[in-house]
This record gives sequence, structure tokens and C-alpha cells, in this order.
Amino acid sequence: MRSGPAAKDIGFAHCALVAATSFGAGSMEVDENPQRIAAGQPQPQQNDFSPDYLKLYYGRLFPYSEMHKWLSYGNDGKHPGCDASFFSRREFSFTLEHDIYLRYLSFHDAAALEAAIREKCPHKIDIGAVYNVDPSKRTAYSGAGGDKVFSPVERELVFDVDMTDYDDIRSCCSGADICLLCWPLMTIAIKVVDTALRDDFGFEHILWVYSGRRGVHCWVCDSRARRLTNEQRSSIADYFRVCKGNEMNGKKVAFTGPALHPSLLRAYTEVLKKYFEEKILPNQKLLAEEENFMKVLEMVPDDNLRSQMRSKWQSSSSSSEEPNSKRWKQLKTFLEQGKSKGQALRRCVEEIIFSYTYPRLDMEVSKHMNHLLKAPFCVHPKTGRVCIPIDPNNCEAFNPLEVPTLSQLLDELNRVDTELDPRQKDWERTSLANSIRYFRTSVLDPLARTNKAELESSYRAKLQEMASKPNLSW
Amino acid sequence: MEYKVAGNKRTSFGDGGDGGGVSSRLSFYQNSSDVDVSLEDFEQFALDRLRVLKAIEEARTRGRKQEDVDTLVIDLWRKHMRTPSAADLAAKDMISHFVLRLAYCRTEDLRRWFLGMETALFRARFRAETPDAQRKFMEDQKLPYKAISAAEFSSVKEKLGQVARSLNQPVPNADNTFYKVPFEEVPELVSARRVYLQRGFAFVPRDQLASIVVGQFRGRLTKALALTNRLWTTTIAAEEKDRLTPIVEALSMRYLGADYSQPSKGYVGIQDLDNLAKKSFPLCMRHLFFNLRHDHHLKFGGRQQLGLFLKGVGLKLEDALNFWRSEFTMKMPVEKFDKEYAYSIRHNFGKEGKRVDYTPYSCMKIITSTPGVGDHHGCPYRHFSQENLRAVLEDQQLNPRAVEAVMDKVRNRHYQLACATTFEAIHGCPSDGINHPNQYFEQSRKALQCDQDEVPEKGQQSGMVQNVSPHPVESTPLPVP
Ligand SMILES: [Zn+2]
Repeated sequence: MRSGPAAKDIGFAHCALVAATSFGAGSMEVDENPQRIAAGQPQPQQNDFSPDYLKLYYGRLFPYSEMHKWLSYGNDGKHPGCDASFFSRREFSFTLEHDIYLRYLSFHDAAALEAAIREKCPHKIDIGAVYNVDPSKRTAYSGAGGDKVFSPVERELVFDVDMTDYDDIRSCCSGADICLLCWPLMTIAIKVVDTALRDDFGFEHILWVYSGRRGVHCWVCDSRARRLTNEQRSSIADYFRVCKGNEMNGKKVAFTGPALHPSLLRAYTEVLKKYFEEKILPNQKLLAEEENFMKVLEMVPDDNLRSQMRSKWQSSSSSSEEPNSKRWKQLKTFLEQGKSKGQALRRCVEEIIFSYTYPRLDMEVSKHMNHLLKAPFCVHPKTGRVCIPIDPNNCEAFNPLEVPTLSQLLDELNRVDTELDPRQKDWERTSLANSIRYFRTSVLDPLARTNKAELESSYRAKLQEMASKPNLSW
Repeated sequence: MEYKVAGNKRTSFGDGGDGGGVSSRLSFYQNSSDVDVSLEDFEQFALDRLRVLKAIEEARTRGRKQEDVDTLVIDLWRKHMRTPSAADLAAKDMISHFVLRLAYCRTEDLRRWFLGMETALFRARFRAETPDAQRKFMEDQKLPYKAISAAEFSSVKEKLGQVARSLNQPVPNADNTFYKVPFEEVPELVSARRVYLQRGFAFVPRDQLASIVVGQFRGRLTKALALTNRLWTTTIAAEEKDRLTPIVEALSMRYLGADYSQPSKGYVGIQDLDNLAKKSFPLCMRHLFFNLRHDHHLKFGGRQQLGLFLKGVGLKLEDALNFWRSEFTMKMPVEKFDKEYAYSIRHNFGKEGKRVDYTPYSCMKIITSTPGVGDHHGCPYRHFSQENLRAVLEDQQLNPRAVEAVMDKVRNRHYQLACATTFEAIHGCPSDGINHPNQYFEQSRKALQCDQDEVPEKGQQSGMVQNVSPHPVESTPLPVP
């Protein structure tokens, strides 16, 4: 924390004031909601979010120093190789209440960031690229015709997976809604993309974040990832592009050759096949309901087989206890037998599984260095849920319906105020603690080690270069 | 690098030297020894090279396959760049490249065009070299790519085989050389999953080596063009204003394709749009337009593709705003539209942001776009399933033979030819080739205008469509009126 104790005191006073006005004069206690606790699985309620709650959250819980540490990439230290302007060249944008949108904000240090967030109380904070000059002073460089054009120089490689892109294969919910039946699609996306980023591309510093509502974001923080050109970013996004369908093209996945690319094969054997058969198939009732199995059968490139399966399934009652797995076995057997008819049928099982499971990325987000993406630890205004990190090694345990909401966090703060341990930070007493601890130990600490090594080696290289290059400028 | 242009005045352009000279036939054009060149040759050499580059563009817009383009390029190179001796050829290669670099360094669009065509030329020439010559070139240029050892090959043999088989290619054996390069250097191979990737390295087969070397070429030329542009604006243009500057400026003007960022024929109003869309929009724009009318919404890619096209057609900013607003607000409040969508429309007209007046998308850009779930943009010939495309064509009253002719082009991946064939079937007159949706529109307006002037009753024409395009387009019967 850069802000001293004085600043913190002011924050407290401010919070108390807000709390008093929002919860009724004289009472600092938020009524516990017995229903929610009894339900075991808190559902978002309309009072999970309010601008007043948000002020308290920014006042007492938001991890400013961790965010600053992350986005400084080691340049906040005392090493002579540090670039002191690094953090201040990063673009932030705030979306305020009533959708007022402020772009090209930049902050000198953690204290300035904290002061601005507390003052503006943004409903959404986006993080953009690091530019060649301080974004808030960009106009000084534009249009002057000089060499220095305001332009992005580095930026994490980011991915956005949004449940709405899976609407054609979800029967449990649609649009902005999610539930535990469709969430495994996100689990699959995390597993597949995370493994490929590490094993195929060699990245190590990968942060996954719940988007607060219906998807996940991924930040690849390796310096090599941050320096990728737009063309290189596009190539990585395309590498993950398997579902090629659009509204006018029924066929969603088509494999041409007799084998799968190693990256797809790994995804298939390690993740997709298992998740399809154990989760997606039963959860989405893919073969139990006619509307759904007709869609699956559309992918079978053999008219005979297709109508054979259709009449078989239409006539048999789907009330048998588990029609999905039974019918899936039948379909697979028929496709196996049909293999002799050619490659199209041979690939069909894989094509179906890929269509229903392989990650669908929002390509545009990944392709451009200066695309903005919502910051971790923001609060989603519609759900009140905090955008907490997700551990890719344990992502199957992540439950989006149990992510702490603003009101829940404030409950927790109020509940334990009596037994206050002065050494404890506010967040340590809430269910945000695990998330911030994970962010520190699994993201920031490894990153700090890499930052240090890279800073050291680039500094040494620079010294060497300066020593060896004869100066001809006389 | 320096050139002596006859007349005692020396012109220097290009970038700092690596002393590589012209020892190898291929070049990264980093530098060359001084060459004397007459003013006539200065222009003539450049024009000869420009013919090659224009032919490459032509072949690419016609959707020719990479290998076919490569063969064509080599033929054109031999034809236009012929010289009495190898040394002369090397000099002509250098001079013509650097003159065109100067001519095409001056705007972003010119640079992009030159970069694309020169890269295609380099790729074709590199691929035409023998393996030994390729290796020699890479050594000369100090490209640090090492072939993997036999031991490393056997450790990844299975994966390399999977990649090959996924592409329907023969499985490699120990005789095939593979190079291990950082994945950043081969984006096009990564995009299409044409390489095996392992912890940041791509295993590139020797016959794909061109990709890496071409990537280097592209990167270096991009930087060089920026540098040349700076030299041009700071010194050369003024110093040479009586001698080289007019030649150089004429070179790029002379061959520029049509610019559709401004409407060529006055403005059109909102009330004209439905009629124009029915009669004169190419399929891609018709599809977007009527989807917008139907859904009252389009995703970003569709808004851009259609919005810029409409601007090129002649819709003024105010009308464009009204048009989009009236559609979108059937499904959303006006305030939401004004807040979230109006900006990008104004932006496309150069009224916001960088204040660049944006150019409507060309066929190439549309064909290479990647529409996803829920998107309607892209090229119908490229992105629709065959069944859907067929249905749309039948909707357009194309007769079965015309539909088959279009589908045939599509199967051979000649999307722009397919579009031209559709044009011919609909309008009953030949097309000059379609490289741009706005070009389709203008050809259509012209064709329909003629109809009105000369043949009041449309549908009286008969007979077969004539083939006037320099590239054969099969004759297509007229639609039944
Ligand atoms: Zn659901």
C-alpha cells in the first residue's frame, strides 16, 4: 500500500458516512438475510449491487497495491534498469454511473489510482495498452506531424470467452443467463486454452478471471506475450478457432485430414471427450429431446444414417432413465460401422464433440493491442459479483453462483467488526481473502521473479551494448 | 544506398548498409553498391517492375491459388525484367525496387499495397530457387535458423506426422529437414495450424521455409518504407522537385485502382435504399441490408462492412445516422443508440477519433474476414454453406444453369468470379470483373441506366452474355424474365 495511514483514515470516515446514509441513520449493521444463508447457494438479488455498496468496496476492499504491482511489471522497484514512467503510460478507462465513459486515463502510481477510483467510483474499470507516451497527455503529440505518434507499445495477450457465443448449443438458458448446467463450457475453455498457451506457446504467467456474469477473461502476462504485434495476436486467436460456423453456414466444425492437429488431439483426449460425455451431453439433454438431437443429426453427413437414427429415436420413448448416453453409444456404433463409407463419417464423432465443447473465443478482443478489457476485481453492476481470479489448475471447482457479491462482502465486514485485529486488512476478514491471496501467491509472486530476472538481463545487455559500441557522433 | 542519376546530381535513398551487395540473385534490398542510371532507365525499369506487381494483384483478386500465382509471377518476372546479362538484371532489380519504394512510400495505402505485392514477388522468387541457393541466401543474410538434429526429429516425429496428416499431406521422414523457429515469426502457419508448436517454437518443414524468410522480408521492408517516407517528406521531395519528384509521383498515380471512399455519382437518400439494395447491391451487402431491416440489428463486423459501403454508395452522414437509428431503435431506446452506436458511424465518416475518412471494404478484405456465430458480414460466396448460397441465388431469380455456373466458381474458390457471374446473370450484361462491392454497385447502376435509356422494357434482350473480361468468364445464360 502506497497510501499512508492518513489516507486510510479518511477512507474509513468516508465509508462510515456512506454506510450511515444507505442503511438508515444510526445503524451500521446490515440485516442478515436468513433466507439466503438457508438456501446455501446465494442467488443474485436486486440489492447485491448499489453505488453506495460500491463506494464501500472501493474504500475498504479493492486491492489497489496488488493491481499496481501487477501492472508495473517490476518497474516500481529501485533497480537502475527500471522504467519509472512505465505504469503511468498505461491506459485505464472508467465507466461511471449513467454510462458516462472516460477513456485515456492514466495514473502516476498506486496512490493516484486509488484516489481516482475512490473519487469517481467507476461501475467498471477497463485496462488498455501501455502507450509510448502518457495517455492523458496524448493530445500534445497528435497532429503535430512529428515522429512521435501516440501508439500502443505493449499489452497483455487477452482472451474473452462469453457464454452468449454458445447459445446455439445451450438448452438450459440463453443470453446473459448462466447456470451450473452450462458453466462446464467455461471450465473446458479454461482447461483447453490454458494448456495450449503453456505447452504450445510457452507462456507461463496466465491469469484467468471471472467476468462477473457470463464468461471468463484471460490475461497472458509474459513479456513475450505483451510485445506481440497485432498480426501475431491474430494468429494465436486463429489457432484457437475451430468452430467456423456463422448464421448462414450450418456446418460448425469440419476436419479435412485423417488426423487431428496435436493441439486439438490433446484437447480432445484430455478434456473434450470426457466433458462432452459426462457433462454437456446429459446437462444439455443433447439426445434426449427432439429439438436438440435433430441439431446433432444435422452434422451426420449421410442421409440414410441420419433418417435411420431419427426414426429410431422418435419412436422410442425418451423417458428411459438416461437416453443421452444410450443414444450416444448407438450413434457412435453406427458411425463406426459407416467408417468404410469414407472419411466424412470417420471424423463425425470428433466433429460433433468439438462443435459442442471446443472453446469459442471472441476473436476481436484478442486481435488488437489496444483493445480494452475489464480489470480483475471489478464488480459487475448487474450481478453485484466480484471479478475474481480463477485458478486454472482447479477450475472445475469454480462455481460462478458462489462468487462473493458486494452485499455479502459488506455483511462479512460488518459481522466481525467487534473482534477486530488491527494487524488484519479488511479484505482478510471477507470471502475475498482467498481470491486476493491466490492473486498474490500464484500470479504476482512468480511474475515478480521473472520481472526481476528480465530486468537484470536487459539492463546488463544495455550496459554491454553501450560499452562496445564506438561513439562516432563526433 | 546511393544512386547516381545522370546529370551530376546524386540521389540517396534507402537505409543504412549491410554491405550485402548484389552477390545473391535474391535480395532483401537493404543496400546496394552505387549504380549509375539514366533518367529514362530510372522510369522504364520502375514501369517494368510495376507491370509485374500489378499482374500479381490481378491474379490475387481473382482468387488464384498460391502455387498458380507463384508460377505466374516467375513468368512475368522473366518477361518484363529481361536484361542482357545477370549483372544487368541485378542492377535493374535494385533500381526498379528502390524507385518504386520511393513512389509508394508516401501514404499508408500505397505502402500497404507495395508491401503486399513486393512480398508476393519475393515469395515466388524464393520458392523458385534450389534448396542450395535458399540455404546460401539464408546464410548470406545471417538468418539464424538451424535445422533440428536427427535425435530431436525422432522425439517429435509422431507430432509432426499428425500435423502433416491433419493437412492431408504425406507423413515426413528423417530425410525431411525441419527448422525450429519462434512462433512469432510464422504467424500465417500458426493461424492455419500448419505447424507443430512446442513451448513457443514452431517446427517448420523446409518447404515452408519461405514463410519465415518472407516474414523477415516483410518486416524489413515495412521498416524501410517508413524510413523512406521520412526521407521523402524531409528532403528528397523538395530537393528533387524539378527532376525525380514528378516522375515518382506519376508512377503511383498512374496505376492506382479506383477509390471508393467518396461516392462517384452524387448522393442517395434513405428512400432510395430499398430499391437500390434490391437491384444493385452485391449479395454480401444485400444480405446485410435485409438482415438489418429484418432484425433491426447487426453486429460490429456487419455494421462496418455495410456502413462503409453505403457511404461509398452516396449516403450522407446525416442520412446514415438517421437510417441506422431508425432501424436500431425499433429494438432499443434512442439514447442507447446515440451513446453506443452513433460514434462509430460518425467515426467512419471521419468525424470522430482519428478523423480519417474510412474507405469501404474491398472484396479481398471481405473474403478474408472471419465472421463468427451471429455474424452476417463476410462474402456469401466464401462464407455461406452451399445450400444456403444456392437458396439465396434462386431467390435472386437466377436460372439453374446460372446457379450451377456460380456454384462451380465457388467450389474452385474463385469467389470474385462467382460474384461476377451472378452480376452477369442478373444484369444480362458482362461485368468488368468485381474487386470491390462499390464497383459492383457502380457497374450495376451503369448497366441499368443503359437499359432505361435504350431498352425501355427490361427483359427484351436475349442471347448469350459476351465475354469481355481479359480473364475467361464462362458464358452465362440470361435469367428467365
Ligand atoms: Zn445454463
